Amino acid sequence: MKTAVLVFPGSNCDHDAYHALKRVVGVDAEFVWHKRSSLDGFDAVVIPGGFTYGDYLRTGAMAKLSPVMGAVRRFAESGGPVLGICNGFQILLEAGLLPGAMIVNDSLRFVCDYVHLRAGADRTPFTRGIPEGTILKIPVAHYQGNYFADEETLSCLEERGQVVFRYCDPQGNVTRESNPNGSARNIAGICSEGGNVLGMMPHPERCAEEALGSADGRRLFDAMVAWLGERPA
Amino acid sequence: MKEKQVTPELAREHGLSAAEYGTVLEILGRTPSLTELGIFSVMWSEHCSYKSSRIHLKKFPTKGPRVLQGPGENAGIVDIGDGLAVVFKMESHNHPSFIEPYQGAATGVGGILRDVFTMGARPIASLNSLRFGRPDHPRTRYLVSGVVSGIAGYGNCIGVPTVGGEVSFDECYDGNILVNAFTLGVVRHERIWLGTAAGVGNPVIYVGSKTGRDGIHGATMASGEFDEKSEEKRPTVQVGDPFTEKLLLEACLELMRTDAIVGIQDMGAAGLTSSSFEMASRGGTGFLMDLDRVPQREEGMTPYELMLSESQERMLIVAKKGREGEVREIFEKWDLDVSVIGEVTGDGIGRVRWRGKTVAEIPIAALTDKAPVYDRPAERPEGQDALQRLDPAGLPAPSDPGETWVRLMGCPDLADKKWVYRQYDHMIRTNTLILPGSDAAVLRVKGTRKGIALSVDCNSRYCHLDPFVGGMIAVCEAARNVACSGAEPIGLSDCLNFGNPEKPEVMWQFRSAIEGMAKACEALGVPVVSGNVSFYNETMGKGIHPTPAVAMVGLLDDASKRRVQWFSADGDLILLAGADRLGVHLGGSLYLKEVHGKVAGTPPPVDLAHEKRLQEFLREAASADLIASAHDLAEGGFACALAESCISGPVAPMGARVLNPLPEETRPDFAMFSECQGAVLLSCAPAKRDALLDLARRFRITMKELGVVGGEHVDIEGLAKVGAAELRTAWGEGFAAALGLEG
Repeated sequence: MKTAVLVFPGSNCDHDAYHALKRVVGVDAEFVWHKRSSLDGFDAVVIPGGFTYGDYLRTGAMAKLSPVMGAVRRFAESGGPVLGICNGFQILLEAGLLPGAMIVNDSLRFVCDYVHLRAGADRTPFTRGIPEGTILKIPVAHYQGNYFADEETLSCLEERGQVVFRYCDPQGNVTRESNPNGSARNIAGICSEGGNVLGMMPHPERCAEEALGSADGRRLFDAMVAWLGERPA
Repeated sequence: MKEKQVTPELAREHGLSAAEYGTVLEILGRTPSLTELGIFSVMWSEHCSYKSSRIHLKKFPTKGPRVLQGPGENAGIVDIGDGLAVVFKMESHNHPSFIEPYQGAATGVGGILRDVFTMGARPIASLNSLRFGRPDHPRTRYLVSGVVSGIAGYGNCIGVPTVGGEVSFDECYDGNILVNAFTLGVVRHERIWLGTAAGVGNPVIYVGSKTGRDGIHGATMASGEFDEKSEEKRPTVQVGDPFTEKLLLEACLELMRTDAIVGIQDMGAAGLTSSSFEMASRGGTGFLMDLDRVPQREEGMTPYELMLSESQERMLIVAKKGREGEVREIFEKWDLDVSVIGEVTGDGIGRVRWRGKTVAEIPIAALTDKAPVYDRPAERPEGQDALQRLDPAGLPAPSDPGETWVRLMGCPDLADKKWVYRQYDHMIRTNTLILPGSDAAVLRVKGTRKGIALSVDCNSRYCHLDPFVGGMIAVCEAARNVACSGAEPIGLSDCLNFGNPEKPEVMWQFRSAIEGMAKACEALGVPVVSGNVSFYNETMGKGIHPTPAVAMVGLLDDASKRRVQWFSADGDLILLAGADRLGVHLGGSLYLKEVHGKVAGTPPPVDLAHEKRLQEFLREAASADLIASAHDLAEGGFACALAESCISGPVAPMGARVLNPLPEETRPDFAMFSECQGAVLLSCAPAKRDALLDLARRFRITMKELGVVGGEHVDIEGLAKVGAAELRTAWGEGFAAALGLEG
């Protein structure tokens, strides 16, 4: 079982994702440079956070053109689990692997803070076994995490159970005050129709150990390992 | 194109005095070319040469068993065991930040990061120390917003967490803000690289961004006062590109894992000039450089401009001959420019060629050895005695001390800085064990049990009233903050922000502050391993308070023994360590300034021997798990420290009921808000009480049992009782409210 951690110019949470996978969860992980065009031999893909190409154009707009993204598309189409975190989520949106777009936080400021998430239906490889309604404490750190899609798309996402996480208060109430960036319907994470591609703004790799203030993020990686273990070869 | 003829007049415009220009003529034995004049003027600028400060900086203790590299390199290096070392430095970017706050602050962060990774270390944390003018000054809000977002914009993008700092306000900074940035990195001993050019025939390689016309004479700008024309200096501020620096960081660290290089230095102030001349000076060599091979962003740049540009995100490397290909391969992988621009020579001369002509030819040893050094006259200011006079009895007593307490907790100096640090990514790299908001931030060092504690501190009111004592206090407080977290201070970096050194009063402040700092460093056994001097912090002839900011680095052998400043459990006991240090000391206090509008008196007294024992006691108490929290009494005195311990944690505000630590007859406002040096508020589980008191006796620390954590109110018996929630609201909202910022 081997996980790819993609590295683009400007990725900066690559080491953190690698650490959480390899040192905390104990699953094999390898950095994959963005110029590679194959993901053969990998069982899961993590697109880490960062500022690919400085976010000087729209976030993720340059990274989606890297050769490795073609491989990610094929990997996703064949049902492989793909997790995009923060800038990784933005790249997945730009690549069209998930619907919608990101705009600047409604505060117009970068925000780094712990937030609470309320889990939706547990249909992704990264949330299997995390029951709907579970409250997770996970940090965010972004300037453009204000998820946007037209009303039709949003309703469609909800109907199909593709809203994986919403911002909520510590008690699990989805409120305006608990939303750190103004995202539509408090959306923090969504998945593809097939469920195998998950994009989320919060950083599970930053809270995989109690010493860092929360270990809730580890549950996503543990779920991934369990899912891969159960999958028919 | 004909180059401008150099005259004594032109030399003066470049900031060289008549005597300095005379030395230039003597060194060269001829009139310098324009390029040479530019080189001398930046190398001998105050910013690069430390000509007014050098003789005083020698007073700092800079050695110690852990010190691997003291001042003189890009950054200092201190051993932390297990074959690892920390590399750190603090630097000012005051003038550019005042002119263009976003880019000024951003490039300040970029510059200090390069100083650290140029030595082979991966940066793991940054801090900053910020000073602004009055909160209601028309420019302050713009400057605060710009500086904070500039620091965030650069640090967040490159992916180094900003884990702590300080922000305060005073009208003395209305026309001259301070932006001091600190970065710490971790390196294995065998991977340390220095900025040296050795080995005749070795190639000199330029890597990173292309050179443009930005920032020409930035170092000279930092060596003069501001006036009404300062706005016109906007073009001398550089523009940062954190994305390119991220690539540069990864490429440099990748290169340093090979043995293809001999030395490396970043192009900071004075760009290509300082990096080339300083590297050759350290290596005792010379160099030959061909400017036509410098990657250029603009057409038609003159040799003068190429040598003096302060374009960001560039490095100069001396590689081993024959290994150029490896260097090229790595930098091309990261899409960065790389160009062999010259070679190391053995004749001790720095030779610069451009379009087939020699445009500069300077003996390097002379440029360095004959650099001006001044022992400038120093004189205690006439008004100093008057400044130190204070009659506390004459101060009107507030009718409701509780109300004053709430007001102080919400004043921007004391209020929660979450508005600021929420904009900084303080968690990236997943090492931050104590997030911003405690006395010190604590980071783990992956692969070890160790923790690094960081704190930056300076009370400039104290330094204004008595620079010697203020200097001692800056060191003691920073060290105490680190000790409160359970760590041992192992080294510091400083940023000495002062006015115009040509004024004897400023020189007196500078000398006194250094002597005070040096004395405290000696007493606490903490070496100064790096730092920076920023003079000419004056606008229209008005100087700032002396502000020697101290960034302290502490080491925890076991990071699990870290402690925070806030209470954690109802029923825990509250004790005061160093209770005999309390007294009525209002000089320079926050209370005096905020409530009575005065900055006067003398700072609270310091007892260095006690300070050392106190800090050892704190570390011992933390490592033996005897205490739950520790928070030092600083600005706002006992009452504000208590309130902070109750409300500053990530949990719901907690109440407390305590005794008044001062004699009953003390005026309530004096008892609550007097400031002192050497007292720390502790909390502990009741079962630990006896052992804690025993330990205190062993270290001869006077303890006073004050009360218990719990309830809805913070209640100092006989003085004031205020709801914990009310204090939290005032503290939590005060910063944004005072500055008229959106929360």
